Amino acid sequence: MIQQTLNSSWQGILSKVKNWARINSPWAIHFNSGSCNGCDIQILATLTPRYDVERFGIKLQGSPRHADVLICTGPVTMQARDALLRTYEQMPEPKFVIAVGSCGLSGGVFHGCYNIVGGINELLPVDVFVPGCPPRPEGIIYGVAVLLEALKTGKHPEPVQWSGGGFDGMLHTGSGLEDHHG
Amino acid sequence: MTTDTNKFVIPIGPQHPALKEPANFEFWVDGEIVTGASVRLGYVHRGIEKGAEARTWTQNLYLMERICGICSHVHATAYTLGVEKLAGVAAPPRANAIRQLMGELERIHSHMLWLGVAAHEGGFDSLFMYSWRDRETVMDLLEKISGNKVHYSANLLGGVKFDITPELAAEIHKGLDFLEERNKFYLKVITTDETFIGRTRGIGTMTTEKAEFLGAIGPTARASGIARDIRVDAPYLIYDQFPVKVMTHTSGDLHGRFIVRINETFESIRVIREILDHLPGGELTTRVPRRIPAGEAVSRVEAPRGELLYFVASNGSEKPERVKVRTPSLCNWSTVLSLAIGLKLADMPMLLSGIDPCFSCNDRSVGLKSANQDPQIWSWEKLRQYGIEYYR
Repeated sequence: MIQQTLNSSWQGILSKVKNWARINSPWAIHFNSGSCNGCDIQILATLTPRYDVERFGIKLQGSPRHADVLICTGPVTMQARDALLRTYEQMPEPKFVIAVGSCGLSGGVFHGCYNIVGGINELLPVDVFVPGCPPRPEGIIYGVAVLLEALKTGKHPEPVQWSGGGFDGMLHTGSGLEDHHG
Repeated sequence: MTTDTNKFVIPIGPQHPALKEPANFEFWVDGEIVTGASVRLGYVHRGIEKGAEARTWTQNLYLMERICGICSHVHATAYTLGVEKLAGVAAPPRANAIRQLMGELERIHSHMLWLGVAAHEGGFDSLFMYSWRDRETVMDLLEKISGNKVHYSANLLGGVKFDITPELAAEIHKGLDFLEERNKFYLKVITTDETFIGRTRGIGTMTTEKAEFLGAIGPTARASGIARDIRVDAPYLIYDQFPVKVMTHTSGDLHGRFIVRINETFESIRVIREILDHLPGGELTTRVPRRIPAGEAVSRVEAPRGELLYFVASNGSEKPERVKVRTPSLCNWSTVLSLAIGLKLADMPMLLSGIDPCFSCNDRSVGLKSANQDPQIWSWEKLRQYGIEYYR
């Protein structure tokens, strides 16, 4: 409704405000599509006092209808596939996906098992991949930070080379971002 | 079930904010009181047992470790013990000591993780934050030993990869002192805090007979007074030299399960100190042939959630013929579903987490036989349709 009644200059300002709000306080939803819990406890650990992502405004949200970012783990089992798609479709636009863990990237150690789809990007457009089995909480926070930086500039995230730091290198594709920031 | 108009069904999951893993529950309620419960598992079934048959003995070590991200070391230990039994080799004493040490550190990490999650389900978020903050200490210790926080991959067929140096031992001692201090504080909190006692005491009480009847295992059974622990009943590794005491409680309710798990943490701390002080010397590994001789072996270990059983069969090749895993979480589900009846709906999250459920290890596929068709061949669509109809 608002978009129909406002003229283009107001719309520009409105979208800037929305983008500013989104970058400063992204709400995330976590979905386990059949992972071993390793990544999930690391995601949960990012909320606890040692790492505490809430100080950056990132909040883990229970309902997909309130979430901006889908943090997804696991190789996507055939049973969880439909639940994952439904969760993604319930999220309001614009929405972003972060795939966490090696099996979320490619199926990982479960590659070749009969009941998996193998990788979240087989189903959903993934914006940031966080590799590692499991990635460290710092790595997951960095993945979110990279996504937020990309939202700010409207540019695709660049692949980060591993430089011997605490976590493995990051590989990014911008497939999902393209639609939102042309 | 759902056709009965007098029943109001509350579905929870598979994506739900309380538990971090996918599972679907249905609670039938009459007002606030639960009159029936059902659980639908299978969202995490990946086909690991079948996948194990396509991998070599060594590759499977890493696959088995990833059955569960919370008790990963114990899975690899059970698998390794089974394969070593088949191959007819025994790991050196030092390797067994380090395996046991890692296993007990993992138990501390698992129980503290559970304490936080269970407190969170009860709406006691301060305890959740406290216990997870302190849990990072034991995660750091595990990382210092192995280089990874969750999947340590300490086990090899015939030994371990990592040694405990004297410096490392000193650091572990320091970490354990801190953890013991904190766990004493938690024990004080859960036994004195009015709100917490109100949420746990007398909730989901299970008598010893009922626990036996429902086949409860692990800390859930021990909280009902069943003194059953594989570490004591059938010692593996070097539990015969460094024995643990079985921690039991007689109350059988949620409160008892909290106390049992915290007491087990103290017991683990004590055993780790003992092992560090009397660490046997010698080699870390022994040679294991690439082809494992044909045969069958069963190995049992005590995971943080209860008895874990591995059946390993070999046909003499580089790959296993069959690996069967029986995990503790699956055994405890019946206790939740039968204890739920008569309780308030608000107690459900705590009752669920009371058994320390771990879905990633309990999803199985079972061969189904139908009278009028080929029993072996099911297409995915047909199987899925069957599943939908079955749970309707």
